[in-house]
Amino acid sequence: MVVANIQVSETPLVIYALRRADDALILGHRLSEWCGHAPMLEEDMALSNIALDLIGQARELYTFAAKVEGRDNDEDKLAYLRDVRQYRNLLLVEQPNGDFAQTLVRQFFYSAFADLYWRAMMNSRDATLAAIAAKSEKESAYHLRHASEWIIRLGDGTEESHRRAQAAIDNLWAFTGEMFAVDDGERALIHRGIAVDPASLRGRWLATLSEVTREATLALPQNDWMQQGGRSGRHSEHLGHLLSELQSMQRTFPGLIW
Amino acid sequence: MYTQALNTAETADRDLEDAGKAAQFQARIDAEERIEPNDWMPAAYRKTLTRQISQHAHSEIVGMLPEGNWITRAPTLRRKAALLAKVQDECGHGLYLYAAAETLGSSREELVDAMLAGKAKYSSIFNYPTLTWADIGTIGWLVDGAAIMNQIPLCRCSYGPYARAMIRVCKEESFHQRQGYEIMVTLCRGSEEQKAMAQDALNRWWWPVLMMFGPPDATSQHSDTSTKWKIKRFSNDELRQKFVDATVPQAQYLGLTIPDPGMTQDADGHWRHSEIDWTEFKQVLTGNGPCNRDRMAARRKAHEEGAWVREAAASYAAKRAQRQTAQAAE
Repeated sequence: MVVANIQVSETPLVIYALRRADDALILGHRLSEWCGHAPMLEEDMALSNIALDLIGQARELYTFAAKVEGRDNDEDKLAYLRDVRQYRNLLLVEQPNGDFAQTLVRQFFYSAFADLYWRAMMNSRDATLAAIAAKSEKESAYHLRHASEWIIRLGDGTEESHRRAQAAIDNLWAFTGEMFAVDDGERALIHRGIAVDPASLRGRWLATLSEVTREATLALPQNDWMQQGGRSGRHSEHLGHLLSELQSMQRTFPGLIW
Repeated sequence: MYTQALNTAETADRDLEDAGKAAQFQARIDAEERIEPNDWMPAAYRKTLTRQISQHAHSEIVGMLPEGNWITRAPTLRRKAALLAKVQDECGHGLYLYAAAETLGSSREELVDAMLAGKAKYSSIFNYPTLTWADIGTIGWLVDGAAIMNQIPLCRCSYGPYARAMIRVCKEESFHQRQGYEIMVTLCRGSEEQKAMAQDALNRWWWPVLMMFGPPDATSQHSDTSTKWKIKRFSNDELRQKFVDATVPQAQYLGLTIPDPGMTQDADGHWRHSEIDWTEFKQVLTGNGPCNRDRMAARRKAHEEGAWVREAAASYAAKRAQRQTAQAAE
């Protein structure tokens, strides 16, 4: 029986890849929860499409992590047989969907970052990461456009949509700081030209946010106190529930081929 | 995914119409010409098609729910992506079908409102629950398989927009059917537990799937006008028989047993199923299926909770148009 969590040799490069893979999988999973329940059919399509892109990115990054690790792990073991403390995604992406404004603000914060991040990563010295970045960047650019258009529609739509969009911004803002933080292991990868320093992207990220929220007649919060923890496996309570659903088949029927 | 053979033709309206135009219209149908949105058509033809196409669209949208029930629990990342893509395709089918129905003069909003008010039907197959992962394989294999049997002839339907929509829909359904069958093959090559899961799913879905083709020809009153108008080209029983003949060897290949001990093979090779329990069909149709209430509740919830988003989009579009007009006037 193979019910237990897998062990992962967490070298800096493996952790680096898992963090990005987990971001993409968890956000993709959250978006997939909308499928069949969105406010309009066009958004059932769009949110599913974005979820598919993200799940695709996750699969490539997990496969890369497994290859770097060189044990017998693979994309499914990494996704389905690690528990909440082994997951390394941002707190932002595990936040529940809430209303449509909450989902789109979460997407907007993340995509505005991912778009810059993957574009910069196209110059990674690691050829696989550079290739994953090239594909992800094209997808993120579309995700950002979709989310930005909705932020503007919601902010400058009705009183109710404005109120909901502003509440979502205020609610999720504290989860954005983590996107720009790095630890010593990742710092070493940045020095070697394998990863890029996310802190160097913060100015441009903020400029995108300012431009879009200004057009949307929304305000960015002034407070700069930020939640941390996802990158080292200290998550919100929401992730455990997500994983119990995501992993239920592999945990109930261990070791089978599906 | 599928539209049920429930459509009644309102022959009474036809009396009011120009007999000459009606004869010309029928001559075009008989010559296998396509009728296009701006062409003259009898009111009853318009009404029958609006009902059939919108029922088909509603079925695609409600059909997202039973399969969507497994997107967050798919057992591997590959299966998760494939299922999500499949359910997204169903949504796309719903969209083209609403667009095809709109060419007949009813708006998507009116059609959706009729469904949410319980006035328009959707395929009753979606009122059954998906309990295990094998249900996802079985829906692809059997429900999409039955849908294809029904829909291939619709690619030659006399109404152009519907026929063209069906060509694309059928291509995607055929892919879904193979994907579902591939899940079944994987389960049947797997552990005893997986095989039992596959057999259990077949046991639960087999009879409801046979009911998808609609009532037996002997009791079906709706087909005559639809046949004359070349909306329907095969009878319910003909399509059901084609489906059974295609499916039995597939079940045999999987090593699964069709849950019909009375099934026999004729000298001419046709597999003859036992009598279908039409009381169950009628119960599900009148709202007493296992999931009718849940499906309607889920669609109404999405619609109601999304109202403020649709209002915001409309309000923003109006403001923007106003600003553009104001700018142009400066």
